[in-house]
Amino acid sequence: MAVVETKDLTKVFTPGERGAVNDVNLLTREGEFMVFLGPSGSGKTTLLRMIAGLEDPTAGEILIGGRVVTHLAPRDRGIAMVFQSYALYPHLSVYKNISFPLRAQGVPKEEHRGKVEWAAGLLGIGELLERKPRELSGGERQRVALARAIVREPTVFLLDEPLSNLDAKLRASAREELTEFHDRVGTTTIYVTHDQIEAMAMGDRIVVLHEGFVRQVGSPREVYDDPADTFVATFLGSPPMNLVDHGDVLVGFRPEHLLPRSLVEGQAVEIGLRVTGIEYLGSERILYALIDRDRFAEQRVVAKLPATYDVGAAGGDAVDFAVAERHLRFFDKTSEKRTGARALEWA
Amino acid sequence: MGPVAGGRRPPVRIFRWVALSVFSVLLAFPFVWMAITSFKQTSDLYDVENNPFLFNEMPTLEHVELLLGETLFPRWLLNTAFAGTMVVLITLLLAVPAAYALARLTGRWGERLGIAIFLTYLIPPTLLFIPMSRVVSILGLQDSLWSIIVVYPTFTIPFSIWLLMAFFKSIPSELEDAAMVDGLTRFQAFLRLVIPISFSGILTVVIFTFTLVTQEFVYALTFISSASNQTIGVGVPIYLVRGDVYYWGSLMAACLIASLPIAVFYNLFLDRFIAGFTVGAVK
Amino acid sequence: MGLRRDAGRLGAAMFAPALLYIVALVGTPLVLAFLYSVGNVKVGSVGYEFVGLDNFISVLQSPTFRGALLHSFLFTVGAQLIVIISANILALALVDRFRGRGLVRFFILLPWVAPISLGAIGWKWILDSIYSVINWVLVQLHLVEPFDAPMWLGEGALAMLSVIMVHAWRMLPFSTVILLAGLTAIPKDIPEAAAVDGAGFWRTHFQITIPMMTPIINVAVLFGVVFTFTDMTVVYILTRGGPYNSTQVLPSLAFFTGILGGDLAEGAAISVFLVPILVVIAWLMLRLARRAEVV
Repeated sequence: MAVVETKDLTKVFTPGERGAVNDVNLLTREGEFMVFLGPSGSGKTTLLRMIAGLEDPTAGEILIGGRVVTHLAPRDRGIAMVFQSYALYPHLSVYKNISFPLRAQGVPKEEHRGKVEWAAGLLGIGELLERKPRELSGGERQRVALARAIVREPTVFLLDEPLSNLDAKLRASAREELTEFHDRVGTTTIYVTHDQIEAMAMGDRIVVLHEGFVRQVGSPREVYDDPADTFVATFLGSPPMNLVDHGDVLVGFRPEHLLPRSLVEGQAVEIGLRVTGIEYLGSERILYALIDRDRFAEQRVVAKLPATYDVGAAGGDAVDFAVAERHLRFFDKTSEKRTGARALEWA
Repeated sequence: MGPVAGGRRPPVRIFRWVALSVFSVLLAFPFVWMAITSFKQTSDLYDVENNPFLFNEMPTLEHVELLLGETLFPRWLLNTAFAGTMVVLITLLLAVPAAYALARLTGRWGERLGIAIFLTYLIPPTLLFIPMSRVVSILGLQDSLWSIIVVYPTFTIPFSIWLLMAFFKSIPSELEDAAMVDGLTRFQAFLRLVIPISFSGILTVVIFTFTLVTQEFVYALTFISSASNQTIGVGVPIYLVRGDVYYWGSLMAACLIASLPIAVFYNLFLDRFIAGFTVGAVK
Repeated sequence: MGLRRDAGRLGAAMFAPALLYIVALVGTPLVLAFLYSVGNVKVGSVGYEFVGLDNFISVLQSPTFRGALLHSFLFTVGAQLIVIISANILALALVDRFRGRGLVRFFILLPWVAPISLGAIGWKWILDSIYSVINWVLVQLHLVEPFDAPMWLGEGALAMLSVIMVHAWRMLPFSTVILLAGLTAIPKDIPEAAAVDGAGFWRTHFQITIPMMTPIINVAVLFGVVFTFTDMTVVYILTRGGPYNSTQVLPSLAFFTGILGGDLAEGAAISVFLVPILVVIAWLMLRLARRAEVV
């Protein structure tokens, strides 16, 4: 077991251009499941690959278990990695795939069988050992990749979008399995994904990255409920947080908090809407609307309503909606950072 | 692609049928002719009154027996096999690591070198053979099979590098990343992972190097002057002719025996070979 | 230290042996070829004396050389014209799957795959002055008289035609398979869209397919030109450049002058005349490769 730490870690691919990763300072906790979340090009994979030793940092340091590993070869870092494509060796059987790290690390041969069987058992693939990777389903491949990663008992697990090759149905169960697997082995894990649902469901903490910068680090609840800036606010959540222009600040509120006036209790801000369209999505309804008040006229907002509530409105109708004050978030318009609450003047 | 609906229209089918028949006959005819000639009795062969397409006398094996028993033909086969094997070994030893380096390790710089290497493939033997004969004699290899063993890799290596480079690039680099995380160095990953995975690509290079050796004519003609040291490609057309006398029966048998196995092998690997020429122009 | 520098160093170490081999055994003779062409070296001579362009001047004054230069162009252009037109037809006929396609492909490939010197010997027999099977057929069809049958390799113009045809025969399979690769790579939906738009088979072919294949046709032509312009095997085996140098091309003349005649300098000078064409082709190929990458 070990923690991973990065200090001012930077990667610049083309000198003179913006770095792929910029001044990243992170510290995992012991046994934590940390998720790097960001859109493509956010630098999350580059960051992971630097930790793995597959990319050279331009500047900064990496520590694993308190030891500086910045310039060590990947094989000397005590890590294991699961790749997006799983990178199973196509010419080797499942058994040989799983025992590959043992052979590569010079573990005595007589220990191989036991360790492979332990790892395979842990992932429930004991029957597949004689197969070749091409004879496996997507889910089985993923388990083989995990077994290959666990077999030499690494101090840190690195996972690079391991679920992106699975179809949607399988992904949900694989997510659950991964979490369970992590709970069982308790190894510090860094998990890269662009899928916010995976991040929310599995992460102890989420690191939100954008354009090579860390925008926020926090638990799923923190990054969702209290986004540090407008990027995090709009990247997480579907549909994203509404941002309404209000002088020098942007006022943010989640679509699920924009509700018909009668459903909102306590201190609330009333917002008149003119509905432009409604989508019925089974369990919920998405309502597209324009604000119908002088000062904010024509600003677009989205509301998410439970299917159990019938709006009764149609396109063109004017309706009265509201947001509870405690659900309002404020962002500075120029810096786009979170800022303190203030009184609103809707008139 | 397919010429779509048009492909089933009668005029199009007739076009295809006519084109294929005409060209098949034109292209394959010399080999058919070799076969017919090989088994005809000499008196039948040289009687201008006879219909040359028919066996007017009993077919015979005398030309084949002459070829295998009383000429250097078996020796040339052995020479070709030996030279081919050696050239294959040298080519693999040099081209496989070089192609990997260009595909993975040398970045932008390597891309330019790769193109430069490919361009050397365009330098023909007929430009180099005069000074090359001087180089060969400096190396003390004149009139030896070793002259071509040393020289042939100059064109088999560039082409093999080019073929293998495309092959290595098609291997996902995550595999090598995984191997390095799993405990290998880059070079070990190349030896223990990339080479086994690339077996079919390497086999392709083996086949093409070998066939290039059997097909080369100019260098072998230039460097080797003793009949007994020759390869098939020069031995048959040059040394099977005694003075001005052509033993057509044996000559055609030799051509056929040497051509067919090469043709069969080549055919099996043709698609990869074409890929070597069309990289970049076809996606 | 550093991954990238490690990779670079390993790359250099893995690439160096091949590079050294090529530089030593292609670079050296290439430089020597140019040195020879501006010096006086004969087989057996020891010294080297710079003579400037003397060899080129002497070569250019020789009618044999000027003939060879002309023949080389005739040979290349003639053979490539035949090849590229036939290859287009043949590739089009082969592109759809049909029963027996593999076998047909095998037959069609034979000339390229078999050693060219052996194929050429086969043709030498077919074109024999007395026993030519072609002449036998012509006589049977009463197209020629037995005593007046064409001497395919014995008369200047006919010999040139024969050499061109045999080389075209050799190169046709190569160009065909390259064009076939190009045809197969055209996305199926494009000709399908053309068909839906009402274009017939031929219109689709000439207005959609052939323009889309231009890059690949260029590749086939460029390689074809290199392999034809620099080849001497067909000429050497069929005619030895004869009769009376009427089929002599630059490579065969260089061989007779430099190797058999022992005049290394003049032979080298003749070979060097191949260079401008090769440079132009290399330049065209680089342009082609660059454009293919951008697209």
